[in-house]
Amino acid sequence: MPELTPSQTVGPYLRIGLDWADGPDVVPSGGVTIGGTVYDGAGAPITDAMVETWQADPQGRFPHPLSGGTDFRGFGRSCTDGTGRWEVHTLLPGALPGEAPHLDVSVFARGLLDRVVTRIYLPEPGDDPVLAAVPQERRHTLIAERVSETEYRFDIHLQGAQETVFFDF
Amino acid sequence: MHQYVRADDVHPPLDSPEYKSTGLRHPTQAPIVVPQRLTEVTGPLLHGTIGPNDHDLTRQHAGEPQGQRIVVTGRVLDSDGRPVPDTLVEVWQANAAGRYAHVNDTWAAPLDPNFTGGGRVLTNSLGEYSFTTIKPGAYPWGNHHNAWRPAHIHFSLFGQAFTQRLVTQMYFPDDPLFAFDPIYRSAPEKARERMVSAFDMDATQPAWALAFRWDIVLRGRDQTPFEEPHA
Ligand SMILES: [Fe+2]
Repeated sequence: MPELTPSQTVGPYLRIGLDWADGPDVVPSGGVTIGGTVYDGAGAPITDAMVETWQADPQGRFPHPLSGGTDFRGFGRSCTDGTGRWEVHTLLPGALPGEAPHLDVSVFARGLLDRVVTRIYLPEPGDDPVLAAVPQERRHTLIAERVSETEYRFDIHLQGAQETVFFDF
Repeated sequence: MHQYVRADDVHPPLDSPEYKSTGLRHPTQAPIVVPQRLTEVTGPLLHGTIGPNDHDLTRQHAGEPQGQRIVVTGRVLDSDGRPVPDTLVEVWQANAAGRYAHVNDTWAAPLDPNFTGGGRVLTNSLGEYSFTTIKPGAYPWGNHHNAWRPAHIHFSLFGQAFTQRLVTQMYFPDDPLFAFDPIYRSAPEKARERMVSAFDMDATQPAWALAFRWDIVLRGRDQTPFEEPHA
């Protein structure tokens, strides 16, 4: 059987290959903005990172054969800007059977030899088996802050006292 | 819900001190191991965003770029040996002199007005991909005194599930810089050579291009059910 290919960093010039004009637009208009800043262990913003999101539509469907059909793209990609900010424009995900609404997130950057993976939950998420696996005192790192009707904030701390919880799926 | 195999002892440790930028960027808490659910066993199946010259990095400008023209070809597979069809492969690389067409790359090598260095293709029904480019040069970087990256092409893969997502680098055979490169060497020793392409005489194009072959292997399906770790 073939053996798995190792991961390597995206390096500092990831935008040459990975920057899409419509990357952040999970939906072309309407919807909400979910975004924030990616920070390193010294609290400095990371300006050469990329955040990708994958999520269900508001009815809990993915555009994938294992789920019900939907035209929703489900996927967002945002290269961080000169202030370390990322954002996607999307619809809020619906709940899945047995799971609270969430977005799966991959973070790539120079200095990250493999992606790190986390989840974004919405405020007051309710019962969820993945959140339940996280120590209570760290769960807040996974819950977006509602800034307004159409904006949610989710900062990502790769390291440090506020380090985001990352998962190994 | 089927699970994708774990990738233990394959990927580099996020804390790899010889690669200095990992210092402030690696999480210090261990990731929490959880089973894959619907969000993880599905993933973006992206089609229809490929432009006419996206597969040929030598034809994206008015003239031909400088350098050795090459074809890079191979298959995207999973670890069960199954080809991954219709999946997006994105690549980016330096020019023949080792310079990236990026505002932050300012080292003393020439830019090439006929080379940007970004490309994308979809695999065919057999999981095969192919693109044409020029062989990238090695380049210096600031990690340590006289640090040079071996020539490489950056690759981004999706597979068919969030769990299969992979970003990696393809290297060229017998590069003398391997021994000195902390990024190449960050991968476990037994896995490093999986990142090195092979010269492929059969795929060369007479009087046109040399060829290198490289297969990429993503996580396949696990045969054993996941057991929740007991707290
Ligand atoms: Fe590079």
